Amino acid sequence: MTANQTLVADAPKGLVDASGRPIGHDDRFFREVNAELSDKGFLVTSAEDLITWARTGSLMWMTFGLACCAVEMMQVSMPRYDVERFGFAPRASPRQSDVMIVAGTLTNKMAPALRKVYDQMPEPRYVISMGSCANGGGYYHYSYAVVRGCDRVVPVDIYVPGCPPTAEALLYGVLLLQKKIRRIGTIER
Amino acid sequence: MSTSPHDVLETLAAHIAQGLGSAIVSTSVAFGELTLKTDAARIVEVTTFLRDDPACRFICFVDVCGADYPSREKRFDVVYHLLSPAKNLRVRVKLEANDETPVPSITEIFPGALWFEREAYDLYGVLFSGHPDLRRLLTDYGFDGYPLRKDFPLTGFVEVRYDDESKRVVYEPVRLNQEFRNFDFLSPWEGTDYVLPGDEKAKQPN
Repeated sequence: MTANQTLVADAPKGLVDASGRPIGHDDRFFREVNAELSDKGFLVTSAEDLITWARTGSLMWMTFGLACCAVEMMQVSMPRYDVERFGFAPRASPRQSDVMIVAGTLTNKMAPALRKVYDQMPEPRYVISMGSCANGGGYYHYSYAVVRGCDRVVPVDIYVPGCPPTAEALLYGVLLLQKKIRRIGTIER
Repeated sequence: MSTSPHDVLETLAAHIAQGLGSAIVSTSVAFGELTLKTDAARIVEVTTFLRDDPACRFICFVDVCGADYPSREKRFDVVYHLLSPAKNLRVRVKLEANDETPVPSITEIFPGALWFEREAYDLYGVLFSGHPDLRRLLTDYGFDGYPLRKDFPLTGFVEVRYDDESKRVVYEPVRLNQEFRNFDFLSPWEGTDYVLPGDEKAKQPN
């Protein structure tokens, strides 16, 4: 390559399967959606599916960082794992959030505050219990000052095990929560 | 004149003992650290001297903590740590206390001691006289007992849960589904010195 030549980046290859074509090119779901779109120009679905789809795509999470798990919770929103690409964005106010991540040891002194914050969240609301301490007291199970599991105080949807769980584990918990909402999401009429 | 760290501390100990007289009950140098023992009633005098004396200048307050020795007549130790940045020296001052007679507060000399004394009061029940705000610091609001005393049970007396009927967090007596087990043995082959749950019917090695 000479110095005067224009630099042109290679075309992105992406993930390819054994046949050399992009992964998912023969996926039945995408083929059908594609065919319907090119045939009619619109999609038909139920309002319930649409609403649960919209809900899973814009989950605002309330940070409840209590201990070292909070560091992994921060990590999951940082560029490497980047939960915002799943529409899972941090929100500092409980009144505008859908999910609460209880990240860390819940102490007796903190329990009323946690419940108060949970009560301020609008329906539908979900709770992810992150780490051993929030799941069942963990290392501090026999302590005089620690709640033996945050499910004693708030109803929990997803438990993420680990001490602390990796950011990947929490991300997987988020994906499971989205799956749960898609499958059993209800709309109050 | 020798200047080994041990000798420096011995010289300092002699100087402090001379300056304070009967306020210092004993001095000792161990593991390169100087420990002074004093009477509870004279702690203000001792800390003031340590801060202001030109040969000491322990102007940096490190911490106040407690220790519990239940077998003793005065069961608590209150331990003060001070640092002298000018002399690059540290000193530890110990005094004995019980849960009835208060120890004079040193917040007038070191304002930073305020929360440390609250903590010692919170966790051990040592009282401090002249403290402006002697409330509990760390434990729950309305907490009963002093958790770092040796006779305080690990699991405490109450636990919390949210009560759906009264719509608030309620306190209940502790009920454990499984007793606390201590796995404090050196190798996994040694095993415990008690019968593990579920092993009651197994043949015991003699």
